[in-house]
Amino acid sequence: MAEPARWTVRVSVPPVARRGETIEVRALVRHDMETGFRHDHLGAIVPRDIITFFSCRHAGEEVFRVELGPSIAANPFFSFPARAMETGEFVFSWTDGDGRAREARAPIKVT
Amino acid sequence: MTGRRALLVGAAALPLPVLVRRPARAAPPPARIAAEVAAVFGARPVRDGRVVVDLPVIAESGNAVPMTILVDSPMTPADFCRVVHVFNERNPQPHVARFLFGPRMPRAEVSTRIRLAAAQTIYAVAEMSDGALWAGQADVTLGFAACMDNG
Repeated sequence: MAEPARWTVRVSVPPVARRGETIEVRALVRHDMETGFRHDHLGAIVPRDIITFFSCRHAGEEVFRVELGPSIAANPFFSFPARAMETGEFVFSWTDGDGRAREARAPIKVT
Repeated sequence: MTGRRALLVGAAALPLPVLVRRPARAAPPPARIAAEVAAVFGARPVRDGRVVVDLPVIAESGNAVPMTILVDSPMTPADFCRVVHVFNERNPQPHVARFLFGPRMPRAEVSTRIRLAAAQTIYAVAEMSDGALWAGQADVTLGFAACMDNG
């Protein structure tokens, strides 16, 4: 089981949508995405610390997934379209390279 | 095949005149990207088209450059785009991200922000449900780079 992380996250889905409607989903996590290619002021490599995995699920199915590398900018942000399927929620999860994980949920009412 | 039919087929195979605007130059990718594409997809053929990489022509800083990937796919159960790999030419590590599009997505599209260590080409390869590989690319120029020390 992944260790819970305290990263600040912001997610956005419209509160109400018609069934089958295309909605825009946005997810952001505050994270430095330290690349592992930089040096500190003593010349030592700053160890890599990045989010490596993002997933969004809705109505029991995965909508969208990303496997991230260090070229994704700090505070990884994704915006993508999805179909509103049923009243319930969108479930977002982020995981880093050390197995720490964060989950967030956004409710949606589907009419 | 008669001579006239051969002529017709030949004409159809000719590229369209400049009426169709190309989203990016359809040149082969830089050598480092080609090697990384081969590492991911093997020797499978990659055709130019159906993938748009939208980046600013000039980005002020390389720290967070907005990028949108859009794949021309109907996204039906029978015909969809399952995965897109994005590659860079001049960052320390050539692979940017792998995006997986599920059946709940009405369009194969994602917007995010990437780091750029230098002005370079970004190249995206989409794998369709029939196994075909399509690619698009964009060039971006920088004011300031990222990924470097103090960057």
